[in-house]
Amino acid sequence: MIGFMNRLITLLTASIIIYCSSAAAIELKLQINYLKFVVPQPPVLSNKIIPPANSGLKGAVLAINDSNITGKFLQQRFKLNYIESVNNQDFLNQLSNQYQLGHRFFILNTPLAQLKIAAQWAQGKNVILINSDEASDQLRHSQCLLPMLHTAPSNAMKSDALAQWLLHRRLNKVLLIHGKKTPDLALVKSFQRAAKRFGIKIIEQKAWDFNTDLRRSAQQEIPLFTQIRKDYDVVYVADSNKDFAEYLPFNTYLPRPVIGSAGLEPLAWHFVIEQWGAAQLQNRFKALAQRVMNESDFNGYLAVRSIAQAVHQTNNGDPNKLLNFIHSDLFELAAYKGRKLSYRAWNGQLRMPIALVQPHALVSQSPQTGVLHPVNELDTLGYDQQESHCR
Amino acid sequence: MKFLLLSIALISSFSQAVELAYITNEKDDNISIIDLSQQRVVETIAIGQRPRGIIFNRAQTIAYVCASDSDTIQIIDLSNNQVIGELPSGEDPETIALHPNEKTIYAANEDDAILTVIDIPSRTVIAQIDVGVEPEGLAVSPDGSLVVVTSETTNMVHWIDTATNKNIANTLVGSRPRSAKFSSDGKQLWVSSEIGGTVAVIDVATKKITTKFSFKIRGIHRDRVQPVGVELSNDQRFAFIALGPANHVAVINRHTMAIEKYILVGRRVWQLAFNKAQNQLLTTNGVSGDVSIIDINKMKTIKSIKVGRYPWGIAIREQK
Repeated sequence: MIGFMNRLITLLTASIIIYCSSAAAIELKLQINYLKFVVPQPPVLSNKIIPPANSGLKGAVLAINDSNITGKFLQQRFKLNYIESVNNQDFLNQLSNQYQLGHRFFILNTPLAQLKIAAQWAQGKNVILINSDEASDQLRHSQCLLPMLHTAPSNAMKSDALAQWLLHRRLNKVLLIHGKKTPDLALVKSFQRAAKRFGIKIIEQKAWDFNTDLRRSAQQEIPLFTQIRKDYDVVYVADSNKDFAEYLPFNTYLPRPVIGSAGLEPLAWHFVIEQWGAAQLQNRFKALAQRVMNESDFNGYLAVRSIAQAVHQTNNGDPNKLLNFIHSDLFELAAYKGRKLSYRAWNGQLRMPIALVQPHALVSQSPQTGVLHPVNELDTLGYDQQESHCR
Repeated sequence: MKFLLLSIALISSFSQAVELAYITNEKDDNISIIDLSQQRVVETIAIGQRPRGIIFNRAQTIAYVCASDSDTIQIIDLSNNQVIGELPSGEDPETIALHPNEKTIYAANEDDAILTVIDIPSRTVIAQIDVGVEPEGLAVSPDGSLVVVTSETTNMVHWIDTATNKNIANTLVGSRPRSAKFSSDGKQLWVSSEIGGTVAVIDVATKKITTKFSFKIRGIHRDRVQPVGVELSNDQRFAFIALGPANHVAVINRHTMAIEKYILVGRRVWQLAFNKAQNQLLTTNGVSGDVSIIDINKMKTIKSIKVGRYPWGIAIREQK
């Protein structure tokens, strides 16, 4: 393998030198479409921090800029095309239009339903689809939409990241609190799975259904709600929209840490991450977007970088060939996380360490030291090959 | 008796030249100075923000230090360890390299994807050359004809002609290239790739990779073996590679081009530097905040010395 890699690199090097010395070299041009399906946000109780409207997109833009700097030396140029849709028909039309125009690369910042539509549409077409935002476990476990790639970490990966940390800290008894919306219940399911895998006990599970205004009464309501007969080490909260979760820390009946949708959150990215060159990425992003980089931006960044990295290494614009390269041992994505990232062959999920972050500091990063895996420790997060029904 | 001891101490300190190691502490905005004869920190100098790369002039009278977050290169007078001036470096300089003419200094501007060429006597920027994303490792060939810079996110070695300041060739290497080091005869360039987990030896004449090393340490996952600092001994016998979070330094026999040994050092070992006799190699260990001293004859770590937070760069000089 290494011999092959050497040959490949030597070959590439030779071609680069030729390219640089000949002005007439043909430039490889590639358009990447970034499709956003705009979903109206449900009202929430808390005065929460609204994510910027251009979340995700700005990360993709930065990745295009970075890739073009490299592309300059390789005679490759990347362009991003941003498309917004508000209904399914429009979404489908946009996909088809771009395809007719000869564009083959699609980054999808959409809910699950639209990912399914896109996957259906892509049947038999030579395209690359990357899901950059949807965390649903279903996509990594049973309904696989292959050959779609996912840069967004799944709920299962995040739950495993938390459960490993709980195990490491010996916080074994969990009080689980959840909202009643479908995504909240998906989080619950994913946390239950993780708890089982790492021997964490969920000693009681409670649904939050109060409709009082917590801004006024969190101090009264939450202690009562979190008063149960048994002792617990930690409170896990599943509240995907942050409807009430932010009111839990410091208000629980027992003074215990809160994890999940508030307190200690498992994230692909956060602005406090600075190791492994991350400070440079954060700086570049701030200069570009005039704000800090969030998880969605990071996932968008990785989606573009995955395609570009494969193009840099193969000097090819054919989606099938790039996809083969992405799934080969030669593909390695440096992603400011202290180790190389790659895609899981069985479900197209990007392997990555998950940061455990409190609002202003990085607390830990999973996989935790000591959690072992026969092939790749990163596969202790999320659905491993044996568990996934995707093939 | 006291007087006698004192005079013995004085005589011994005069009889052999003392060597001092300067270590930049990235998160403390200062430099720790270690006296190698005492093996302890003897002085700490406050400096600009986020100091990283540090080098000396040939006469070892002046140090140049990248104060990355202050966007400047600071000049330190080594006779009194005072900051005596600054060079315009462009934004966020991370590493620097001095041309053998000692008039030109090169700085890698990590945030701007630029290599800045600075004229020292006039303290002006002569040229800025576009390179890949996050330029990092820098090296000037022994004859001064070439300067190379690695770019961490573009994964290339960029070759620049120092006479014209033009980019003349690019070599793709493994992910996140960090350090570059020319062999003393100028025929080879050694480049480490942190995320790729490899070290490439490039033939300078053809600019092609001739050998590639990957590292295997028992009990450490290969993804955690992340080569950063590279040092080549002057006797052409050894190459030493700092392996980052693997907490080891690899020893490569350059005659057989085989990896001979892994030496355990502090946590997240980063940069390396020899003492003058090259019988000791010092390593900066970012996470443990210390410096390890490796005895080259024993090929063993003999001492670790606590310095500041996140020690990054290192340079060693003789005290005159």
